[in-house]
Amino acid sequence: MSALVIPLPETTRPWTLPDRGKVAMAALIIAESAIFTIFVVAYLFYMGKSLSGPAPRDVLETPVFYTVCLLSSSITIHLAGMFLERGKRETFLSLWALTFVLGGLFLFGTGQEWHRLIYDKGFTISTNLFGTTYYSLIGLHAFHLSAGLVMLLTVLLFGMAGRVGRGQSNRVAVLSLYWHFVDAVWVVVFTVVYVLGR
Amino acid sequence: MSTNVIAIEGFPGTGRLWTETLHEWVTTVDHKKLGMMYILYALVFLVIAGIEAMIIRIQLMHSHNNFVSPQVFNRMFTMHGTTMIFFVAMPILFGFANYLIPLMIGARDMAFPRLNAFSFWLTALGGFLLYFSFLGGSGLYGAGNAPDVGWWAYAPLTAKAFSPGHSSDYWTIALLVSGFGSIGTAINIIATVLCMRCPGMHLGRMPLFVWLNLVMSGMILIAVTPLSAAQIMLLVDRYLGGHFFDTQAGGSATLWMHFFWIFGHPEVYVLILPTFAFISEIVPVFSRKPIFGYPVMVGATVFIGFVSMSVWAHHMFTIGMNSYANSFFTITSMAVGIPTGIKIFNWLGTMWGGRIRFQTPMLFCVGFLFQFLIAGLTGIMLACSPFDWQLSSSYFVVAHFHYVIVGGILFALFAAFYYWYPKMTGRMLSERLGKWHFWLFVIGFHVTFDVMHIPGILGMPRRIYTYEPGRGWDTLNLIVTIGAVIQAAAILVFVWNLVSSYWKGRLAGNDPWDAWTLEWSVVSPPPAYNFATVPAVASRRPLWDLKHPEDPDSRYE
Amino acid sequence: MAQPATSPLSSTSIFSPTTTPARTIFGLSMFVLAITGFIFCFVASLLVYCLVKFRGCPSDAAREPAQVYGSTQIELAWTVIPVLIVIVLFMATARVIHAVQDAPKPSAALDVTVIGHQFWWEFRYPQLGIVTANEMHIPVSDPAHPTPTFLKLLSADTDHSFWVPELGGKTDLIPNRVNQMWIDPARPGIYVGQCAQYCGTQHAKMLLRVSVDRPDDFDAWVRAQRQAAVQDPKVIAGKRVFETTSCINCHAVSGTAADGRFGPDLAHLMSRRTIASGAAENTSANLRTWIRNPDAIKPGSLMPAMKLSDADLDALTAYLETLR
Repeated sequence: MSALVIPLPETTRPWTLPDRGKVAMAALIIAESAIFTIFVVAYLFYMGKSLSGPAPRDVLETPVFYTVCLLSSSITIHLAGMFLERGKRETFLSLWALTFVLGGLFLFGTGQEWHRLIYDKGFTISTNLFGTTYYSLIGLHAFHLSAGLVMLLTVLLFGMAGRVGRGQSNRVAVLSLYWHFVDAVWVVVFTVVYVLGR
Repeated sequence: MSTNVIAIEGFPGTGRLWTETLHEWVTTVDHKKLGMMYILYALVFLVIAGIEAMIIRIQLMHSHNNFVSPQVFNRMFTMHGTTMIFFVAMPILFGFANYLIPLMIGARDMAFPRLNAFSFWLTALGGFLLYFSFLGGSGLYGAGNAPDVGWWAYAPLTAKAFSPGHSSDYWTIALLVSGFGSIGTAINIIATVLCMRCPGMHLGRMPLFVWLNLVMSGMILIAVTPLSAAQIMLLVDRYLGGHFFDTQAGGSATLWMHFFWIFGHPEVYVLILPTFAFISEIVPVFSRKPIFGYPVMVGATVFIGFVSMSVWAHHMFTIGMNSYANSFFTITSMAVGIPTGIKIFNWLGTMWGGRIRFQTPMLFCVGFLFQFLIAGLTGIMLACSPFDWQLSSSYFVVAHFHYVIVGGILFALFAAFYYWYPKMTGRMLSERLGKWHFWLFVIGFHVTFDVMHIPGILGMPRRIYTYEPGRGWDTLNLIVTIGAVIQAAAILVFVWNLVSSYWKGRLAGNDPWDAWTLEWSVVSPPPAYNFATVPAVASRRPLWDLKHPEDPDSRYE
Repeated sequence: MAQPATSPLSSTSIFSPTTTPARTIFGLSMFVLAITGFIFCFVASLLVYCLVKFRGCPSDAAREPAQVYGSTQIELAWTVIPVLIVIVLFMATARVIHAVQDAPKPSAALDVTVIGHQFWWEFRYPQLGIVTANEMHIPVSDPAHPTPTFLKLLSADTDHSFWVPELGGKTDLIPNRVNQMWIDPARPGIYVGQCAQYCGTQHAKMLLRVSVDRPDDFDAWVRAQRQAAVQDPKVIAGKRVFETTSCINCHAVSGTAADGRFGPDLAHLMSRRTIASGAAENTSANLRTWIRNPDAIKPGSLMPAMKLSDADLDALTAYLETLR
């Protein structure tokens, strides 16, 4: 027995729905925001409550340069997307590579900071409450950043092989959304850890 | 009506090698197959967790019983709760959502089929991981065996000091993994519903089933993630020397409680919204009327979604919050009962003035309505914090939430099974066995869970492997256990019905219930592509419009 | 000799309150039950009526009933009425919350610090210099001249919860947190309860026994508890076993070398009706069994089996039995 055929009603307006890639990425961002919120809440809750060990102002140095790098990468990735939409592949690739480098610099900066804290100051995740919440929050962000870098690199490699063109600009836009999210999280983390926390 | 059966591709009996069939199912990205896999997976764990419940009930049959040791008992209630919530309820609801949403919105599959498969296998892996803990052997206390910290895993009981070995880690990692699977499914449902509806189906014309699963998915995004975050923190404590919940280092045990219940309370709404979805589809068809007050039902759902994020600390009324906090959570917990009550009234309004057909799906819906009413009212009692200071952590609470989950969710699930099994398999479930299933289960349910409220009122705490005689709890517990045995018998009838009807059930055809949503317009079971031509709709009940061209819904909406 | 339970059904019923907080909660509970009971009867009657009146018969198959989509007035009605009910319920509840939680502490109040352990209760009376375990004695409170007991709740390890239903609602004992509750029992007697927050293997046998004493009895108990531990020369052999085995690492007996805090204070062990936090009656045989192998009475308790010889066991038991 065949299925019923549902006739098309007369519609004059075209039927357009949002792009599923962007909707899915927005949903993922909402979910990830919730995870970060919980870590931020834990950080704020435990501020000043360590029983011993160093306080933030004793060991932290504000990473201004690396923050500028990361936030600039949002601009470069946005521009890269714009150029890709216009079909300007080379410009897109240069800006994309620059984004990757800026993000990589930030990650390097985090690693350098952690090396200094652990080996010079003896300050680790198990030192006290501040240590636990600091490394967890910064670490969670760095993990998401690293995942972003892997994806950026993947697109970079495909782009260098000539496989990324105007037709992929939607997918690239979706990935850019993720990257902007990573930057936005850093704004919050930076404020909480380096501004409020000290 | 044709008598040909279109066999489900890949099901046994189609003349293919079993290895080919297995390969097809393991690698499938089809929402219908994944949906059925979720459901079968959940049914297997339903039986396992049911056995765990029987062990609990036999041990508690009388005071000072010795059926199992305290160590085994504590593992049983931990595994029973964890399994039922994460590996029965959530997968089975995802299964129905996966199967039905694309069909109901006129789509050919979910937005991201591969993500769909990935999410399923993550969830499945979580279940296997949790149960692998049993194989760890029984070495040192707590080492390498099933978790025994309760399904909330309160700190600092889960700290290395109090839970040596790996049992708590199995709990943590299994749920972390399946949590990511849940988030994947939620993202998929949201993208599907927002981006893949057929022409003409604007949001106000979607079946309520789709609306309720959409709101559920939104809740999963912000409710499951706090648990994932807390679990990561627990792993940091246990393996990296962190102090998130280390009270010796100034950490807070109540912080875990807040994080857990910020997940835990919305989680039960995550479970109940798809349940409401079943009722909202089935009751109208069996009352022969549209759902009463569709816009209000949508509004109430969204309202529940938001307000339910603000009630979590009603699970923590006894931890010593100040009177303002207790008052706040009391009012929000009572407030969330209002839209829920409105829904009950709307279902009542749907049946009112109808011509009710009492086939098995409707029987289970009727059971749901009475039982959910009672469960909601005992919930109001618990929302009243001073009353909760007595009732919390007692068998009254256990009775309340089993009333919701078994009397509410499971009954609605049974209704859904009897209603949509014909669509999924092409055959009807046996009405005769269905009625046996229903009556046995109703009797067993009430014998167990009505009576269970009383030991709570008489002071019996939960999570105790035995109890003192002379407190008046003995006979009551025996009755509760007898009811459990009756329910187990009903489940056996149900499983037998599922299996035997697959081969011997009456052929269903497209639309055995004379229903009105798009899934009933296609063959049973549907072909892989769902719809030969993408449908377009002009109202909430496109099939009603086709069957009643003189009085279509599109004239009134 | 235990007093008869106040409720014929159970000695742990939440519906037989003997303190002000418990009675206030009870009053509110009855109010809530009445309202929810009324709601249930009303809605269930409507449901039953609907199911009976509007059931279809097979001859109806062809005709569909009137397709009603909704009604704004009805929706409004069944929204507004529940909102009103919730407001009334909340106001009644908020009053009780404040009455119980924010009650001022009279100067005549007795302070008891309760410390939860896996799987026993420690009671300290800071004003009186008393330390005891598992069985708490408090004075009865005359409503005319109240002498309530204010409990400070702490935990030495995991979460616990103090629940004696006839004395009031439960409050949790959480490590690194100080909680508080108060009780003013009006009738003397023995009130029982148990830990109500899962705390590990033997959560089920972390029982509570509260003796509400008349003023004279309470004073006598306090006097007895404040005395130093009995030093009976006849049991010197057992005392030596006690002091040379690692008992003194966990237990305390005033006037001896034993000042361990991990386990209960034993100075007045024989003043208690039960041992192992209510898991067994305090008899000679049980005491001996408990020391020989705690797992025989309370499997999973944190007291290790000391592997003593029979002679040592007898001597030790005899010593402990002198600690009145």
